[in-house]
Amino acid sequence: MDRLEQEIRDTSKGMTPIVKTIVRFVMGIIVIFGAYVILYGHLTPGGGFAGGVILASAYVLLTLAFGKEMGLSKMSNMAASILDNSGALAFVLIGLLGFTGGYFFYNFLPKGEPFQLLSAGSILLANMAIGVKVTASVFAIFMALSIFGRIIYKAAEGEERESEE
Amino acid sequence: MEIILLFLLVFMIIGSIIAIETKNLLSSVISVGVVGFSLSIIFLMLGAPDIAITQVVVEILILVVLIRATITTDNTAIEGPRDTFPFVSSLIFFGLFLMFAFFAVQELPKFGEPLMKVSKEYLRTGAEKTGATNIVTAVLLDFRAYDTLGEATVLFTSIIGAFVILRRKGRKGKAETDSEKFGILEDEDIKQNFEGF
Amino acid sequence: MILYFLSMVLLVMGLYCLIAKKNIIKKIIGIVIIEYSINLFLVLVGYRSGGVAPILVKGMQVEELVQKGVDPLPQALVLTSIVIGLGTLALMVALCLRMYEKFKTFDMSKINTLKG
Repeated sequence: MDRLEQEIRDTSKGMTPIVKTIVRFVMGIIVIFGAYVILYGHLTPGGGFAGGVILASAYVLLTLAFGKEMGLSKMSNMAASILDNSGALAFVLIGLLGFTGGYFFYNFLPKGEPFQLLSAGSILLANMAIGVKVTASVFAIFMALSIFGRIIYKAAEGEERESEE
Repeated sequence: MEIILLFLLVFMIIGSIIAIETKNLLSSVISVGVVGFSLSIIFLMLGAPDIAITQVVVEILILVVLIRATITTDNTAIEGPRDTFPFVSSLIFFGLFLMFAFFAVQELPKFGEPLMKVSKEYLRTGAEKTGATNIVTAVLLDFRAYDTLGEATVLFTSIIGAFVILRRKGRKGKAETDSEKFGILEDEDIKQNFEGF
Repeated sequence: MILYFLSMVLLVMGLYCLIAKKNIIKKIIGIVIIEYSINLFLVLVGYRSGGVAPILVKGMQVEELVQKGVDPLPQALVLTSIVIGLGTLALMVALCLRMYEKFKTFDMSKINTLKG
């Protein structure tokens, strides 16, 4: 907790301490809400796409408030790429597992009782796969854009970068 | 109900006119935000809460990305006379387009009375066939999962494309840090980038 | 009727911005506006007057939902298209940042005359 306090009082990077303190409280709520929207997507409004974007926006908020290092320490670019790929692969795998019942994307798990969490068979798994994929890809694209922006900043100042090789 | 929708649509059109005609790029981007948030209110009123949630969050992210693109650059406004040929030809084309659209819109089913031949079947059997009580999710991930697979592929491809464009050089070198990959200097601080936010 | 027509007007706004403006960021904004108008049109077509969201809640009969629910099909398609819009927007912004790095300007007419 001491490290976090130092991080909040450090004014050299990120935004002001007010924003950092509020982000610290709000961040967990946003993550819980995103997970709820993903997991209960088959019962209430939401689903993999909406929840994934909400989770990604939580990470974007953290990065904007605390700076690049904090965002990368929570999820590095490599981890985001791996999560992105594994989410897409898991979605295809769920479709392929449908062949056990006859055709692609067959709902192969038992349906269960309506209005329960474990009720809709493979829809819950597919929602989770899509949620992970959307979170990772949106966060990765934001980090790539924000890191790349610095080159533009230098170019606008008129400093010519020496070319590689 | 229709009156409120009409009001919101006119509001969206005014916002888009401002977004198109303003000189300053930052105000233009913020006016796009007006259009997007009104759109999410309209979705909420049309009985589509799933889309409304997604639209709100995506709108915020779109604003962040667009501000990212505009804030690091100096010459946000572009001076110079407006080209006459694109202006006049596009006006003529849009007049014709709107005329045909006016006649085509008459042929559509009336607002508030959709046909719903397939969708009634989805509504009737969706809950018992898939077990999901949210019929939109049932359509998205069970009845039409092929579409979702295609859309996930498009998203994946666009992200890969953006990475390839943004990366500075290939994966030949040994130093595989972000600064090597994206071509930035280490001593620069990220704060420089975010001071405008 | 008038609602459909107004969403078409919004599409024309976006097309005008895409064709007649010289700034690349303005062109991207035009594409975003076109996307919004098409999403709006699809959802408007599926609306039923006095309709409820296509979600079965506890204590609701299925027949009641069939009588009153709005069309779930365009909603499902629009939901994915919104997120796709974010991905393609990021791709476009990446391309235009690359162009800015190379040409130091956002003006399309200048970029045309420079010839690489």
